[in-house]
Amino acid sequence: MSNWERFLDTFFNARVMARYLPDILYGTLITIELAALVIVSGLVAGLALALLRSVGFRPVNLLIVFTVDLFRALPPLVIIVFIYFGLPTAGLSPSSFVSTWLSLTLVLMAFSEEIFWAGITSIPKGQWEAARSTGLSYGQALINVVLPQAIRLTIPPLTNRTIAITKGTALGSVVAVSEILGMASSAVSNSYNPSPLTLGAAAYVILFFPMVVLGRWLETRMRWKR
Amino acid sequence: MLQTFFNLDIVKAAWPILLAGLGNTVLLSIVVVPLGLFGGLILSLLAGVRNPWVRWPLMAWVDFFRAFPPLVLLIFLYAGSPFIGLELSGFTCVCIAFFLNTGAYYGEILRAGIESVPTGQIDAARSTGLGRFQTSLYVVLPQAVRNVLPDLLSNTLEVIKLTSLGSVVAMPELLFQARQAQSVTYNPTPIVLAALVYFVMLWPLVRLLSRLENRAVARA
Repeated sequence: MSNWERFLDTFFNARVMARYLPDILYGTLITIELAALVIVSGLVAGLALALLRSVGFRPVNLLIVFTVDLFRALPPLVIIVFIYFGLPTAGLSPSSFVSTWLSLTLVLMAFSEEIFWAGITSIPKGQWEAARSTGLSYGQALINVVLPQAIRLTIPPLTNRTIAITKGTALGSVVAVSEILGMASSAVSNSYNPSPLTLGAAAYVILFFPMVVLGRWLETRMRWKR
Repeated sequence: MLQTFFNLDIVKAAWPILLAGLGNTVLLSIVVVPLGLFGGLILSLLAGVRNPWVRWPLMAWVDFFRAFPPLVLLIFLYAGSPFIGLELSGFTCVCIAFFLNTGAYYGEILRAGIESVPTGQIDAARSTGLGRFQTSLYVVLPQAVRNVLPDLLSNTLEVIKLTSLGSVVAMPELLFQARQAQSVTYNPTPIVLAALVYFVMLWPLVRLLSRLENRAVARA
């Protein structure tokens, strides 16, 4: 066997790939499920915190800022390990899936709150005043006038940040979530061949490459206006 | 509750172990941050080349490594390399993975910075007799870095947090040491302590970033 053939047989072994393809597909499904849940709950929580902050009640705002700082400063893997290995000692035993989901949700919440808040504060005061003077209530002004403009501004940075955090679903493999990386790793140890990892890598590229390209496109389309 | 999550006896026992881990996290950061910056610098300078045969593969390279979860890259190197007769250490794998992954992110940021420098600056520099390389080094890069400093710092924060992935390939950094201590004591205190150390270490940077970002928005 030539070196090239040996390389192909090692990393692109068709027999091993065919054998473990269903596992990787199953893992892909779990990754998609986890990612979708994280995106929805993280963004909703982040927006909710930003709206709460816009009310301007000082003690609440300090608490929000601290929470955001906390989850920006802690590595996601540390949060996952704490929730999965730490909480059971206090009688709570979240599953590995729930631990990963909760951790990434908290991280995305923190980052998206920052971005939403930056968007809200970037809307000139005149917009608020004009909306209120036409008789809209605070809530109506926020929802109908300020938020639509703010969210448009936040879309490019939010997309990029969301992709970066969603890729963290791979961290779930550390606490044995059966997502792509977890499935691929156990397939490698069962088959003594790294081809399942190649498959897993391909699955990640197929999932995330279009998202990265979308993020790049949005960035050029909707630049922050100076 | 406090007995469980912040047991003082365990804090005392685990502290030296975590301190060694912290030292390794700092050392690892000192190695991988410049490595990523170096990779990013190469990519951003190449991005100035107009030739489509350079431009498109370069963009695909950057987007590929931005799409690829860093942990997957790390595991691929660590678990895959022995199969082709290369026994790469955890440290080597972390270095390669960070060079590829964080290099792509730094590259995007620096490219945006370089594009933000007006072409008049380059023309003026060239007309005074500076060479291409000198123009890049003395005129374009300093302004580019200044313009994207918040993004560079924000990415550096992410890179430092990412060093916690080293624990997966048995590098004795902060998280790894904390997990070792936790599995010996059957108590989550070491993990809480490690989280506290990360927070104390990185909070100033997060505060600084928050201020820089708010100022950028106020100026926009």
